[in-house]
Amino acid sequence: MNATMRKVVGAFAAPVVALLVAVLVTSLVLTLAGAPVGEFWTTMLSPPKPRNWVNIMNQASMIFLSAMAAAIGFRMNLFNIGVEGQYTLASYAAAVFAGAALLPGMLNILGTIFVAMAVGAAWAGLAGLLKVTRGVSEVISTIMLNAIAITLVGIALNKYGEDIGNSVRTTPIDEGSMLSGWSPFADRDGALWTLNLLAVSVGLGMWFLINRTRFGFDLRAAGQNESAAVASGVKVNRMVVSAMLISGAIAGLIWLPALFGDASYYGSTFQKGLGFIGIAVALLGRNRPVGVAVGALLFAWLNEQANPLGLLVGISPSVVQITQGFVVLAVVIAYELVRRWLATAEQRALKDELETRHSKPREVVT
Amino acid sequence: VSATTSTPTKKVMSSGGYRRYQVYFWIVAALVLIATVRTITGAHDLDSQGAIRAAIVATCPILLAALGGLWSERAGVVNIGLEGQMLLGTWGAAFFTYWYNPYLGLLGGVVMGILGGVLHGLATITFGVDHIVSGVALNVIALGLITFLAEAFFTNLNSEFGRGGARQLQGLAKPVELEGIPGVSDTLKAVGEQHIWFVSDAANVLGALVSRVSVVTILVLALVPLTWWLLWRTSFGLRLRSCGENPAAAESLGVNVMAHKYVAVLVSGGLAGLGGAYLVAGSGFVTGQTAGRGYIGLAAMIFGNWRPLGALTGSAMFGYTDMLTFREESTIHALLLLVAIGLAIFAIIKWRGGLVKAASWSGAAAIAFLAWYLLVDSVPREFASMTPYVLTLLVLTFAAQQLRMPKADGQIYRKGAVG
Repeated sequence: MNATMRKVVGAFAAPVVALLVAVLVTSLVLTLAGAPVGEFWTTMLSPPKPRNWVNIMNQASMIFLSAMAAAIGFRMNLFNIGVEGQYTLASYAAAVFAGAALLPGMLNILGTIFVAMAVGAAWAGLAGLLKVTRGVSEVISTIMLNAIAITLVGIALNKYGEDIGNSVRTTPIDEGSMLSGWSPFADRDGALWTLNLLAVSVGLGMWFLINRTRFGFDLRAAGQNESAAVASGVKVNRMVVSAMLISGAIAGLIWLPALFGDASYYGSTFQKGLGFIGIAVALLGRNRPVGVAVGALLFAWLNEQANPLGLLVGISPSVVQITQGFVVLAVVIAYELVRRWLATAEQRALKDELETRHSKPREVVT
Repeated sequence: VSATTSTPTKKVMSSGGYRRYQVYFWIVAALVLIATVRTITGAHDLDSQGAIRAAIVATCPILLAALGGLWSERAGVVNIGLEGQMLLGTWGAAFFTYWYNPYLGLLGGVVMGILGGVLHGLATITFGVDHIVSGVALNVIALGLITFLAEAFFTNLNSEFGRGGARQLQGLAKPVELEGIPGVSDTLKAVGEQHIWFVSDAANVLGALVSRVSVVTILVLALVPLTWWLLWRTSFGLRLRSCGENPAAAESLGVNVMAHKYVAVLVSGGLAGLGGAYLVAGSGFVTGQTAGRGYIGLAAMIFGNWRPLGALTGSAMFGYTDMLTFREESTIHALLLLVAIGLAIFAIIKWRGGLVKAASWSGAAAIAFLAWYLLVDSVPREFASMTPYVLTLLVLTFAAQQLRMPKADGQIYRKGAVG
């Protein structure tokens, strides 16, 4: 096997094997619990209806944003577990700002995007500052900040929100500032939200930033070998804070497509948990925009297709979380094994080459 | 970061005898503080016997997670999957309690937690996956698994042993509760209700410890000295900790690093599983009832400087404020004054230690809390549940430089890496 072949196999073998492992484990769990495995997979793999396609694309774009927020930290070994809190706080602030209608029409949307990014960045930046100035591990501080953010939003919502019978919400956004989107199918099947474009631009922007700028190079260097990066003049502390700020700013965007496309206020319809899903998807996609996009689609597909499981097959839709968790675990294990295998294969190839070179002159002598 | 060098390390490293004396001093100091705040504010529920009992019950699951984190991190494996292992424990405990009895239920929780530990161990120790990654995946898997298993196994249960539902199993049998010591318990209760400064407070704490205690609580509290003894007073413990400090050196001395890491992670999972089981023994099974206690346990352990007694202190702080969320709002208001005085004392200690910057910051925080206490009459109930997170952040901010985690914590080690 030559070097290119090895690389191709290395890139594709791991995700495929991981998916197979996850499917096997899920089937095993279902079998052990005496649940109908065949029906489960038939439901999961049945072609989605137009309505489901729309949902999958909308969900995938939000998951993608969340995963990119986590990914930029991961590229420099910075574990921002706090995406959940950052986007909760930012979504609330965005809904309040947009609902107040300080700016007219489209300007309101631009202003809201700015507010959401600023709030998310500030909350994440706090963890970054604590890390570089006081040496507090970002894993712990972001977990604490998650809990604080969610509690703060709860308090604020209860105190300042509008009471609508059985729940509380922020002031709904004016019709003029909503961005419903584009319906690829019939209108009743729903629309692809306009602000899903945020996901596209973040994906492109991140690719450019990481691969084509000095900042991105420094970021990757700091992640791969911190002491070497420091020796070559990378200011790691500044990188940590910048990475956290960018991460938080992206986290602020996560729920905006849904806010302007459908919800129009922050309340009981707010979608929780996207931050944690994003961490898993970032790991699945190896923190690269293309990989993460594929991962986001896969997770959105699994979530959407699992919805009718309770009704049709009589098992809990949360069973797909087992698949999702095992995909992530299996893919990192598979990448590690592939890395070890590639390293040995390269060493062997090098050894063979050296031996042939070494042995040739000897043949000449004899 | 620069403070690392200037911080006197002799306090942290001080000998056992000195530290033991210190413990009693701090317990008394905490009681004096609470007693004073209680007398000033009249919020007697701050440490009524019922409140202390509730605080102990709230502390135990967090403590178990913290001890779990301690075991695993002392062997160099970061276990952020504690939350998942606790969740697995809740299901195991509910299943075995329903079909057998509450004691096998505890065991079931432990076994399910250990299963989670096996998964984490395989990923991190054998396959060299990043510890945080594996833990995050484990948490996702565990939540999915127990939700699915609960729906599959508990939905149709309905008998004298428990009432099931799609996401719950209630009315389970509970482990035995010890009534108390005849004579002593009643006296302590009577003294506690007199609201005498310090005397009543001490009586309430003692009373809560000796009357109407679950046997499981006693077992859990006993795990603190047991962990200390096993890890710091046996050669097994020394070997285990050496894997977390310098695995290469340990292996060169003939320690089976992989085996010790596995033992640590399995014990860790088992303890977290027991934490889940404790929750079920107290209030039945509900899907996702751990509500982040695994993460809190991790924070409590770091707060406690990777030591058993420290972990107990951190967990008690979380447990105490967790209990307060269910009390009257006036009690939560009094908590503000408690926090303010606590921060002020912390500031004085820092100032006397020569750390002017830390002292002024925590002093400022103390004044802010005092102002808040004086300016408002009531505090949102959610505030109490937020306090431990804010306090942990503050303490880590001012004391992170004095904390010392195991040197090779979170690093991936491959067998034979020493060459």
